Amino acid sequence: MTSFLVRRILGAIVILILISLITFYLFYALPRDPARAFCGKICRPETLTLIRHNLGMDEPLFVQYWHWLSGIFMGREFTQFGACPAPCLGYSFATQEPVFSAIVDRFPVTLSLTLGASVVILSFGILTGMLAAWKVGQPLDKIASSTSVIGASLQIYFVGPLVVFAVVDTLGLLPRPSYVPFTEDPLTWFVHLLIPWVVLSIIFTANYTRMTRSQMLEQLAEDYVRTARAKGMSGRSVFFRFAWRGAMIPIITIFGVDLATLLGGAIITEQTFTLHGIGELAVRAVQNTDLPMLLGVTVVGAAAIVFLNIVVDVLYAFIDPRVRLS
Amino acid sequence: MTTVSWSSEPGTSRGPEPFLSVRDLSVRFSTEDGVVHAVDGLSFDVEKGTTLGIVGESGSGKSVTNLTILGLHDPAHTEVDGEIWLEDQELVGAGASTLEKLRGNRVAMIFQDPLTSLSPFHTIGRQIGEVYRKHKGASKKEARDRAIEMLERVGIPQPATRVDHYPHEFSGGMRQRAMIAMALVCDPDLLIADEPTTALDVTVQAQILDLLKDLQQQFGTTIILITHDLGVVANTADNVLVMYAGRAAERGTVREVLSKPSHPYTWGLLSSMPRLTSSVDMPLVPVRGTPPSLLNRPAGCAFHPRCDFPQLVGSDLCFTQRPDISPENGHGDACYLTLQQKRDIRTGDTKEQA
Repeated sequence: MTSFLVRRILGAIVILILISLITFYLFYALPRDPARAFCGKICRPETLTLIRHNLGMDEPLFVQYWHWLSGIFMGREFTQFGACPAPCLGYSFATQEPVFSAIVDRFPVTLSLTLGASVVILSFGILTGMLAAWKVGQPLDKIASSTSVIGASLQIYFVGPLVVFAVVDTLGLLPRPSYVPFTEDPLTWFVHLLIPWVVLSIIFTANYTRMTRSQMLEQLAEDYVRTARAKGMSGRSVFFRFAWRGAMIPIITIFGVDLATLLGGAIITEQTFTLHGIGELAVRAVQNTDLPMLLGVTVVGAAAIVFLNIVVDVLYAFIDPRVRLS
Repeated sequence: MTTVSWSSEPGTSRGPEPFLSVRDLSVRFSTEDGVVHAVDGLSFDVEKGTTLGIVGESGSGKSVTNLTILGLHDPAHTEVDGEIWLEDQELVGAGASTLEKLRGNRVAMIFQDPLTSLSPFHTIGRQIGEVYRKHKGASKKEARDRAIEMLERVGIPQPATRVDHYPHEFSGGMRQRAMIAMALVCDPDLLIADEPTTALDVTVQAQILDLLKDLQQQFGTTIILITHDLGVVANTADNVLVMYAGRAAERGTVREVLSKPSHPYTWGLLSSMPRLTSSVDMPLVPVRGTPPSLLNRPAGCAFHPRCDFPQLVGSDLCFTQRPDISPENGHGDACYLTLQQKRDIRTGDTKEQA
């Protein structure tokens, strides 16, 4: 277990370094010059050089990358902003705020959105899928299977505003989506994020319903389930104790992939519900040619995905004893 | 749909009451392509403490018959007719809870592939113990102790540590031993072994069969051994039932069926099997053709398309009318050939082979 974790974390670090390198390189492949943008409309060459120097852009590319990378662990000095203690991701070109604190401010929003939606999606999807498999071929199964297809074909920027209009503006059942820190007031946090979670789950649940249903049916046809019945186990305990375990493994696999989609899709979700999270930060960083912000957001986002996938792998081992983590 | 049949006098005029009595059993599956007649009018008896070997090709209905005994068929797509009597209990149409109490308790089953037949998610000890807990109401501790005892009984070394291992940590032969331990944990009266040695290598096969024999001698368990291997039957069974296309082709004691086979299909099975006594370069003769589709069975005797002798019977009896097994008791076969014809064919065979 420990050696598995060490290996996975080392692997994750390599992945993150690669991602940051690629982002760094791609940024310079862009035809836009951030110093030029800073300089304004009337720009004298010497001002431009000064800005370049202040931004550290007059140094070779690999030196700049090295400064950025070492800043994360050791902090760095900026001529313009002064000391930036570790972990330092630099200062935003556009707003001059420290990138790290900007991300720390907004990360909880995206994380709440993603993890909360995941809980709703998984519990709802697995529940309906199990029900459909339990009542296979009966009306309940048909309803669950067909409504899930409709859900899967919807888009968040279509359903989101509709739900907000119906639930908030017309019926006044819930407050308009916004972010209140969990630590401040868990109940308000919950109530204000309920709509985004439910809307995300309408779209993503379908997959899990169908997958759980087909996996359960597949497991129920397995030899070991027949053995359990031949031993005299009741239908219910066969269903929930034996078949369930096997059905969860592919579900978790897909969930690991969907987590990345959810985090990546945060850009659209946050836009739809006017929440100020990482996604919004990323969009603005691209629009402003804001390299430090863009790098910071990309690396932190990637780190979150990689970390959550390690958690998923550990879950495997708990469900299936054949998966050895050593 | 399950049809309940009532009979006031099971096994009328058949001497001592058999332990298990299957009467005119038919099992049909409805599929998208039509109705599959998996078992069709099958009758047989098993006496207490004996072993019945059921032999036949894949798809001859041998496994279906035994799954039906335990009610393990899918009730939504299966229609069962006939009677299955376990002593004085009728099993066709018995309620779910009656069958649940029976399974693993009075009637236990061993399956072909012990790897897929054991749950990969639970320890061996737990899988054995839960049967004991379910049927005997034992505590967790008692069930675990019982599991260790059972593992020891089936010859698994260091049962006290092995009890906490998962099936994937066992070898193939050990897994089948564990499976047997699981089947025998409640001291069942009837053990149905569905090709228990097919997935194992030959040395392990012999060990497992010996183990079953030993356990039978110790506890007087009645065994139904399903196999396609006549060698296994010769070594372990008392009686044999040869099945073809969901029906009994031949029935008798092991000695009768193997040394005086009287159905052309049994002849075919025997001549497709190598013998230590015959010379090495003697070719094995397979049964020609393929087993019939159970969706669309041949009219008359289901074996006639693969049989060499329908012309001997005269008229077109083999093509039009289904033979029933005769005589009613003892060594019998479902074939229209007369005893004399069979004798002639057999002696001709032996002449050719010698």
